[in-house]
Amino acid sequence: MSISSVFIANRGEIAVRINHACRKLGLRTVQAASAADLDSLAAHLADAVVEVGPPPAAKSYLDVERMVAAAREAGCDAVHPGYGFLAENADFADAVVAAGMRFIGPSGDAIRLLGDKVAAREVAARAGVPVVPGSDGRIDDVARATALATEIGFPVMIKAAAGGGGRGIRIAHDADEFARFFPQASGEARAAFGDGGLYVEKVIERARHVEVQILGDGERFVHCYERECSLQRRRQKVWEEAPAFELDPTVRQALCDSAVALAASVGYRGAGTVEYLYDAATREFYFIEVNTRIQVEHPVTEMITGVDLVEQMIRVAGGEPLALGQDDVRIHGHAIECRINAEDPARNFMPGPGTIETLSVPQGAHVRFDSLLYEGYTVPPFYDSLLGKLIVHGADRADCLDKLCHALDGLEVGGVPTTVPLHRALAVDADVRQGRTDTRFLEPWLEQHFKPSNSTPGAAS
Amino acid sequence: MSTQQVVSPLPGTFYRRPSPESPPFKEDGDAVAVGDVIGLVEVMKNFQEVVAEVAGSAIRFVIDDSDAIMAGQLIAEIDP
Repeated sequence: MSISSVFIANRGEIAVRINHACRKLGLRTVQAASAADLDSLAAHLADAVVEVGPPPAAKSYLDVERMVAAAREAGCDAVHPGYGFLAENADFADAVVAAGMRFIGPSGDAIRLLGDKVAAREVAARAGVPVVPGSDGRIDDVARATALATEIGFPVMIKAAAGGGGRGIRIAHDADEFARFFPQASGEARAAFGDGGLYVEKVIERARHVEVQILGDGERFVHCYERECSLQRRRQKVWEEAPAFELDPTVRQALCDSAVALAASVGYRGAGTVEYLYDAATREFYFIEVNTRIQVEHPVTEMITGVDLVEQMIRVAGGEPLALGQDDVRIHGHAIECRINAEDPARNFMPGPGTIETLSVPQGAHVRFDSLLYEGYTVPPFYDSLLGKLIVHGADRADCLDKLCHALDGLEVGGVPTTVPLHRALAVDADVRQGRTDTRFLEPWLEQHFKPSNSTPGAAS
Repeated sequence: MSTQQVVSPLPGTFYRRPSPESPPFKEDGDAVAVGDVIGLVEVMKNFQEVVAEVAGSAIRFVIDDSDAIMAGQLIAEIDP
């Protein structure tokens, strides 16, 4: 492999994870650290630390020039971007390569192509991946649009072509509603965005979030099966599993094959994830997007397949051919990951940075805890609230849930609020245990089980 | 009445504007009324408003937009 020294251009638990993978490969590690992270676990574990700026991420971890210069000056020959920050910034990937180093991830061009929602949908459709049925672009004529909506099947979404972030969306439940809403939506879109263009898309009502892990070296591509990530709050994943439960083997095969076909169609290199909506009632799955990085929830895949995804992505970035064939990747048992955030579920998930006074972590062959924690560490307020991830492996899903309950009982983080109580309640919930969940499950469930108290937190004094 | 101090209720990153493209909530020298938002503190990607608890004829900021801030640190002074 042509890599000997890796610059870790990230922080927190994923920086710790990358450091472990580098150690396993015998590589030197240099940790990027803002002024707030000099005392972090990742900084303590690395061979060397480079201060990359003041605490706010915009002035440190998100500063492309500064990060590239720091990696070069530290004598590194590769950069691992982790997730978040610059991980899916195509210009950063290009700048790393232009500076003579390897970017541990796909090419800037692949990041650019797959990061564009419309372009990615086209790539997926060309590769034969099912996309959410819709108008494939703008549609202006009410009669034609109504005919199309009827063909797709109601309910359908009417979306403003120039909108974004959920703005300018209407849902029509039948043709009458559609014919009434369509002109209204066009008028509103023209008023709001100066562009009355609309498009139409099927509403997937009881969708589960299922995603496929892919690995490629530019020429060979494999999948490492799928993850189920339906338990979300405000579109943030809270709890993830592998494999997806109650997935018919033929559906699983088609799903995973479609992700490999997509990866092959762009000559993908590195680790990536193809995300889908899965409609359990119809057994249809639909492409959402591609994430061109390692993901937070990658450990559940590692637990069931035994594949070290971070190691693999470093190896292919270093020029090695992918050593895994598809037959080498098999599912063993079931794994669940709980995200442990410094947030108080009883206070509307109010974040609480602070000092870790005590820490006790469950042990066992079936338990893994990826975290940034150590006793005495002060969690800074400047970054996201993820403290770590508790991952448990079982012979099957029921066994995994039982082991998860024990593991959660053994996890104690003293000094800051955490989401451990949320996970304890989820792990014994009848609907969760029966797999009766979808992407709209968690928020109403929280209303019922973790109703915020009346105290107003953090009021200005 | 004397000059009033506005301190940060929380540790995090201080912002003087609601979004990077927006004008600041308050310019130096602006008058403030009780309840006016004068800035935001971002704590772990969660934004909390900083609200003036006194009225005054002029506000003077002592920290810059998107600077790191500690709980209790001085943000601004308000002249009566």
